[in-house]
Amino acid sequence: MVGAMEIYMLLPKTNCKKCGLDTCMAFAVGLLGREKKIDECTPLIEEKKYEAKLKKLREVMAPLENASETGLIIHPEKCFGCGNCVVACPVNVAAEPTRCGVGLGPQSDKVILKVEDGIVVCGNLEECRRFGPNKTLCNACTATCPSKAIEFV
Amino acid sequence: MAICTGCSLLCEDIEAAEKDGALTHVKNLCRKGHGHFQAAFTERTVPMIDGEQVDLDRAITKAAEILKSAKSPLLYGWSNSTLEAQAVGIELAEKLGATIDDTSSSCQGILMERILSGKLPTCTLDDVRNYADTSIFWGSDPSSSHPRHLSRFSYYPRGEKRQKSYEEERTCIAVDVRKSATANLCPNYYFQVAPSGDAQFMEAILAVLEGKIPRVGDKKKMIGLGSILKKTEWGVIFAGLGMVYSLQEKMDLFEKLLARLNEITTFKVVPMVGHYNMRGFNELLLEKTGFINRVSFKDGKPAHGPEHSVVAAAKTCDAALIIGSDPFSALPFGTARALAKVPLIAIDPRRSLTTDGAKVVIPSALSGLEAGGTGVRMDGVKIKFEPIMKSDLPTDEQILTRIMEAI
Repeated sequence: MVGAMEIYMLLPKTNCKKCGLDTCMAFAVGLLGREKKIDECTPLIEEKKYEAKLKKLREVMAPLENASETGLIIHPEKCFGCGNCVVACPVNVAAEPTRCGVGLGPQSDKVILKVEDGIVVCGNLEECRRFGPNKTLCNACTATCPSKAIEFV
Repeated sequence: MAICTGCSLLCEDIEAAEKDGALTHVKNLCRKGHGHFQAAFTERTVPMIDGEQVDLDRAITKAAEILKSAKSPLLYGWSNSTLEAQAVGIELAEKLGATIDDTSSSCQGILMERILSGKLPTCTLDDVRNYADTSIFWGSDPSSSHPRHLSRFSYYPRGEKRQKSYEEERTCIAVDVRKSATANLCPNYYFQVAPSGDAQFMEAILAVLEGKIPRVGDKKKMIGLGSILKKTEWGVIFAGLGMVYSLQEKMDLFEKLLARLNEITTFKVVPMVGHYNMRGFNELLLEKTGFINRVSFKDGKPAHGPEHSVVAAAKTCDAALIIGSDPFSALPFGTARALAKVPLIAIDPRRSLTTDGAKVVIPSALSGLEAGGTGVRMDGVKIKFEPIMKSDLPTDEQILTRIMEAI
């Protein structure tokens, strides 16, 4: 997964403030958090000397486009369907304590993570602890994944 | 609710319904189980004699003829059949005076023998979920082999006495020759052993428990392991094939380790059985003959010994019936080659290397999906299941009954 530093290295690093932020580092963090878009960095788009950097930046940012509102990315090709995340997710357990709480698969649609056709799928993202401005950095689903099939941006 | 027969966890919370001859949006099925069920829609077998398609009745009559004229037939497989089919199979072996063996013979047999005879303490997986605070995966990698093991029973779920579960109350330890997917989940408690070094590692644990300095491994880490084991309230060891193959005749050492651990605290063993009903066959045969596998009925009464194992019997038999197993792919080359020389009858829902090489192929319904029955989970709990889909194919039990009637 790409980090803020890696993105920063691909920016002009002039701190021109044209994007509305004070530094290019802040813009890199904004890009990673998906609060900013690449196009907002006008020098990078307009000036020819940054062409190679822009191309590379778009490449490294491409996987992030598939991320959900909370920054959750599921790699279906890596998923075992083991359901560790389904059972570990605190929101899932709160929604179905008699099922997810004791290791069974969920029945209702109130849960965030569930396994369908052998692969984990997510829904109800507004319930996730990482959603919205008051988010907490919960990592129950990523820490319990044996194959690194779930990641957060 | 459907039951998955993909592995010996027999997950009971599967939501599946057939729609237009396919299964879609199946809930709670892991990737392995999904593959197991989806395979029902491709590469199905048809009744065949010598590679030519025939009708079912002819294939069954031919199979009965082959078995009847054989002097020392071998009946092998059984781990993917229901208890009902296995019972008919044992009867058939008695009637034919045949040798009967299952996949445990070259798999977890020596461990299962000790568990079923009570030499090793065991428990159910529900006990594990409710009480266990230390789970040791020894020579097993459930994340790959039984994907839902950790989430349903051994590490992540909350239980009666383990409400804080993996976050505070459970410890997961992996002992393996390589850093498996399961070991990735407990990197701090991963103990690497050299190939066939399990016996040495057991001796090291015994030494640590006695307060001595261990000879192998990182001494500090081993002493740490010793104190975790001593502090455990209710522990369980999930013994996998890695451990069984590595120990072989040194299995007594494992018994000794369990006895020592049980002097300090409670420790149980659960075998990591692969096929969904291997334990069922072992229990059934034990009840009927007193042995869990490798039985010959040649002289009327059951005889047991390594000479009746599939590896030995493949070389001495003059006909073989293979059911729900693929020995051509799974067994050593010499055994497979010996088996390939005798007339083979393969009963299997799906095409395999063995059905390709068989003289007679009889298709059967896929248990769990198209046929109901009973299976025994890895911990000995009997689970009954109903079919999800309608099928015209006969079940293993029906095929075996018809073969028996024709003999």
